[in-house]
Amino acid sequence: MTTRLFGQRVERVEDQRFLRGRGRYVDDVLVDTHAGTLHAAVLRSPHAHARIVGIDVEAVLDLDGVHAVWTHEDLPGPMAEPLPLLIPHPALTHGRTQHALARDEVNYVGEAIAFVVAEDRYVAEDAVDLIRVSYEVLPPVVGIDAARAATCAVHDDVPDNVGARMEQRNGDAPAAIAAAPRRISLDLMIERSSCQPMEGRGVVSRWDPDTSRLTVWSSTQTSTGVRGCVAARLGLDLDQVDVITPDVGGGFGVKINHPWPEELLVPMAARALGRPVKFTEDRREHFISSAHERGQVHHVEVGFDDDGRVLGLDVMFWHDHGAYSPYGLIVPIITATQLLGPYKPGAYRVRFESLFTNTVMVTPYRGAGRPQGCFVMERTMDAIAAELGLDRAEVRAANFIQPDEFPFDHGLVFQDGRELEYDSGDYPASLHKIKELIGWDGFPALKAEAAAEGRRIGIGLACYVEGTGVGPYEGAHVHVETSGKVKVAIGLTTQGQGHATVFAQIVADELGVPLEDVEVVSGDTRRMPYAVGTFASRAAVMSGSAVHLAAKAAKDKALRIAAEALEADVDDLEIVDGVVRVRGTDASLALGTVAVLSNPLRYAFDEASKLATQFVVGDPGKPPVAEDDEPGLEGRDFYSPQRATFASGMHAVIVETDPDTAEIRILRYAVVHDCGNIINPMIVEGQIHGGVAQGVGGALYEKMEYDESGQLQNASFMDFLMPYVTEVPGEIEIDHLETPSPLNPLGIKGAGEAGVIPGSAAIAAAIEDAEGIAITSMPISPSDLFALRSRKETP
Amino acid sequence: MKPAPFAYVRPSSLSEALTALGEDPDAKVLAGGQSLLPLLSMRLAQPSRLVDINGLPDLDHVDVTDEGVRVGALARHSAVLASAEVERVQPLVTLALRHVAHATIRNRGTTVGSVVHADPASELPAVLALLGGSVDVEGPRGRRTVAAEELYVGPLETSLSHDEIAVEAFFPALGPRSGVAFEELARRHGDYAMAGVAALVEVDGDDVVSASAGFFSVCERPTVVDLTCAEDPGEAALAELEPSADIHASLDYRRQLVRVLTPRVLAAATEHARRRAHG
Ligand SMILES: Cc1cc2nc3c(=O)[nH]c(=O)nc-3n(C[C@H](O)[C@H](O)[C@H](O)COP(=O)(O)OP(=O)(O)OC[C@H]3O[C@@H](n4cnc5c(N)ncnc54)[C@H](O)[C@@H]3O)c2cc1C
Repeated sequence: MTTRLFGQRVERVEDQRFLRGRGRYVDDVLVDTHAGTLHAAVLRSPHAHARIVGIDVEAVLDLDGVHAVWTHEDLPGPMAEPLPLLIPHPALTHGRTQHALARDEVNYVGEAIAFVVAEDRYVAEDAVDLIRVSYEVLPPVVGIDAARAATCAVHDDVPDNVGARMEQRNGDAPAAIAAAPRRISLDLMIERSSCQPMEGRGVVSRWDPDTSRLTVWSSTQTSTGVRGCVAARLGLDLDQVDVITPDVGGGFGVKINHPWPEELLVPMAARALGRPVKFTEDRREHFISSAHERGQVHHVEVGFDDDGRVLGLDVMFWHDHGAYSPYGLIVPIITATQLLGPYKPGAYRVRFESLFTNTVMVTPYRGAGRPQGCFVMERTMDAIAAELGLDRAEVRAANFIQPDEFPFDHGLVFQDGRELEYDSGDYPASLHKIKELIGWDGFPALKAEAAAEGRRIGIGLACYVEGTGVGPYEGAHVHVETSGKVKVAIGLTTQGQGHATVFAQIVADELGVPLEDVEVVSGDTRRMPYAVGTFASRAAVMSGSAVHLAAKAAKDKALRIAAEALEADVDDLEIVDGVVRVRGTDASLALGTVAVLSNPLRYAFDEASKLATQFVVGDPGKPPVAEDDEPGLEGRDFYSPQRATFASGMHAVIVETDPDTAEIRILRYAVVHDCGNIINPMIVEGQIHGGVAQGVGGALYEKMEYDESGQLQNASFMDFLMPYVTEVPGEIEIDHLETPSPLNPLGIKGAGEAGVIPGSAAIAAAIEDAEGIAITSMPISPSDLFALRSRKETP
Repeated sequence: MKPAPFAYVRPSSLSEALTALGEDPDAKVLAGGQSLLPLLSMRLAQPSRLVDINGLPDLDHVDVTDEGVRVGALARHSAVLASAEVERVQPLVTLALRHVAHATIRNRGTTVGSVVHADPASELPAVLALLGGSVDVEGPRGRRTVAAEELYVGPLETSLSHDEIAVEAFFPALGPRSGVAFEELARRHGDYAMAGVAALVEVDGDDVVSASAGFFSVCERPTVVDLTCAEDPGEAALAELEPSADIHASLDYRRQLVRVLTPRVLAAATEHARRRAHG
């Protein structure tokens, strides 16, 4: 028997290529000079809020090397309309999206105004500098306070700046709080950050006049989505458009939003000019014209009993949506629902307002509203423990959903429009593991020892639940070639997660072929035209399940054909190392030969085909391809779940704060993680490492510094501080728990976003423990901590 | 993030370089490019011509004598940092260089470039000023030596005129009864500091004869403060400094860092001086 690969630490098949610099990203497409590729640059608004009075592009046209320039008035047909609102919601009463190029008004610094195509990017940028725009500058709305005050409006027809108001409830939280023996209220805030993938956005497009087809390469998290909107806006048939996603240098959410203006403008220009056109976003553009996330202010009222059990929880929060809302209310809805984590409050009410501001728009960033929700819930748990003088872990345990209560229905509606019903989990077991791992019970002694040396250390704990693997569907196509090699196509895209490894593991197990013989292609609409995309920690669950089903279909067909050829019973067959065998005998048939037999057209091109001549399959009394059969050894299937599956985990962290300089140092970071059955522990751990690094970034470093006029002060890696490897804990201690999901055939749950979710909550708790000062706003810098200390001393 | 058009010359002699600079009032010297190229790419600087000095002969020296350390304009940070001789004769240069950027940047960036770029957040200008070093400059009017105290005019601004090339920086040797120390606080490893202090102390027996500190990333210029008679060095320094705030450090916090770092660094330098004096 071949050993099962599911669950093994299989080395990533991608890494040789990536680590040797052989990755092929969008900017590597059509680079050779004979490709004749032209390059695009975008004029972006220097003002946060202004009316465009006039645009003069005359000087640009005189510049050598410039091929064309577009402003809004040059955009044909549907290109001139506002970009689509991808995910409408009844509560989003005032959804607004930008135009591919601004029409009349700009609403954030960075909004696209004009699009230049030139011989190279240098000339294109020179040209952009020559465009003269006259603006009537309008007062900007920057930050949640200004949006709420609404002394001025981002959009004239939304005078209160409120794009959406939404409420969900389970029970009567205000009444439960009023009746509770204990009550507290808290105000909690998280600042804006952003995804910052190593590779920014990028699009290349080529129009082929001979075949009337358009090819678009985009660094996207959804090639099928991009294909649909490009066809619609350019007035092409869907069949004329192919979208290919080559290697993608990270997404983290920002590339699921689509179409970005350039995703339409580049193909439009390629078609108009008859030359390939490329746009490669630079870092400054990524800061000011992609998307941000996280900025929210929350108010919590909570009522509880003397054991810390939450009887009523009432949360109101304000979500900073930036200038537009193309991705609907996904982020605040996730905060509203996922805030509950592993707990079951007696009654819950959550309300939010989604506010427009004259800043870069907000779309999901890894975690997508969960880090904020987790921060709110976990800070609340810590506040309850402090109020009662109880152990923080005990208060959490008192509120856990118990293992025998699954499936657990929260009585709310989740982001996917389905009921918020947890499928499985074991939170008490997780808590036990994390306490052991970090040494929770022994910490007070360590803290006292440190204090005796004049050192301040603190410990924090944070728990989360993450709805992963949301629908509606993903598909997979598995093709066994006559060589025995297996080609797998999935529709969603990949941004470095290791999909080519884990999906090959699943196929190799199911089909009984060596891992090396399986090749996985993703995000190419020519291979899989129906797909959704890579977000919401859904690839493993959705595509993983689809791949499993498709491989099973291919296997079933292989066994059926082999049984006939070998004159054996299907149940007596097994496939080992790519060979179908009758158990306990010498009778066997290579899978490649089965592939030959599956196709009645038998040109003997290769050895496998020659070998196949000795076997007879098919009924000579029937057509060569039977009625409900197809030629070829293929399997194609889709997976569509009833609802999301809920992963969970707990982080514990020990920090030290410097009494003089207020520096904050992470001494230990521990993670217990439960994503159901694990396909590849090494890849899951990699996801956790990356997530924790981003969590540390969000907790201690990353923050968009807007000034009052709406200029982003730190739009570069010099001043927007992402942690270096030197700032991330050297060892992230990880323990796994595997509570299978009953919802999918492999029992898996998603793992992509988990690592980032509890970072701010856990680190804030640890700093609070070290300092004895309430930490209510993240991120926190040494300068911020010093200010909090000073305020404590001189209130 | 592509530079605006510029002309580029790579002269092979100093006189050619000086001519190329003198011809064009908007020309700029290009050394390691680690500060200049980002400015070009963001179009924050748009010089009409770059005079690349990397082709000039005999400028990559790191000469160490009992007098001190002479660093040529093409010596990279990494070469200076790697020199055990530099560390022996003037350990403050080595201490400071460890905090300058990251290895890849130190491999290209020049020490002289850093000295004349005059970034108030840079380590080396403060070190040069504290040690009373100087820069040798070649220009149309010949060679001259500019003392550090006359070099730094304002943020990113020196008293060099645009047609001059700094050819060498001189860091005086550490005296036998003197000691140095250095400390900075940055948000991340290798970043420009939120505040940094270098100290130079001379002792006679157990007595401190002179004590001074050079501050960077605190005010608009590298600033040296004499703290020989200061009872509370942190407060004494603050009385002479005008700290500014930025997005990484508030005014209060920056003052706190001066308060914390100054006595620490002075104490370490005193300790170092005593060890050297007795050793
Ligand atoms: C990510 C990053 C981090 C960094 N961190 C730090 C840090 O922590 N501390 C620090 O001090 N520096 C830091 N630097 C800057 C680095 O030290 C530079 O190398 C240095 O500031 C300039 O040296 P250079 O040779 O690269 O000069 P260039 O970039 O080539 O030139 C800088 C300026 O000096 C002028 N110039 C250079 N040489 C001469 C000369 N011989 N004569 C006349 N004018 C000249 C140029 O015209 C230009 O105006 C960092 C740089 C980067 C990219």
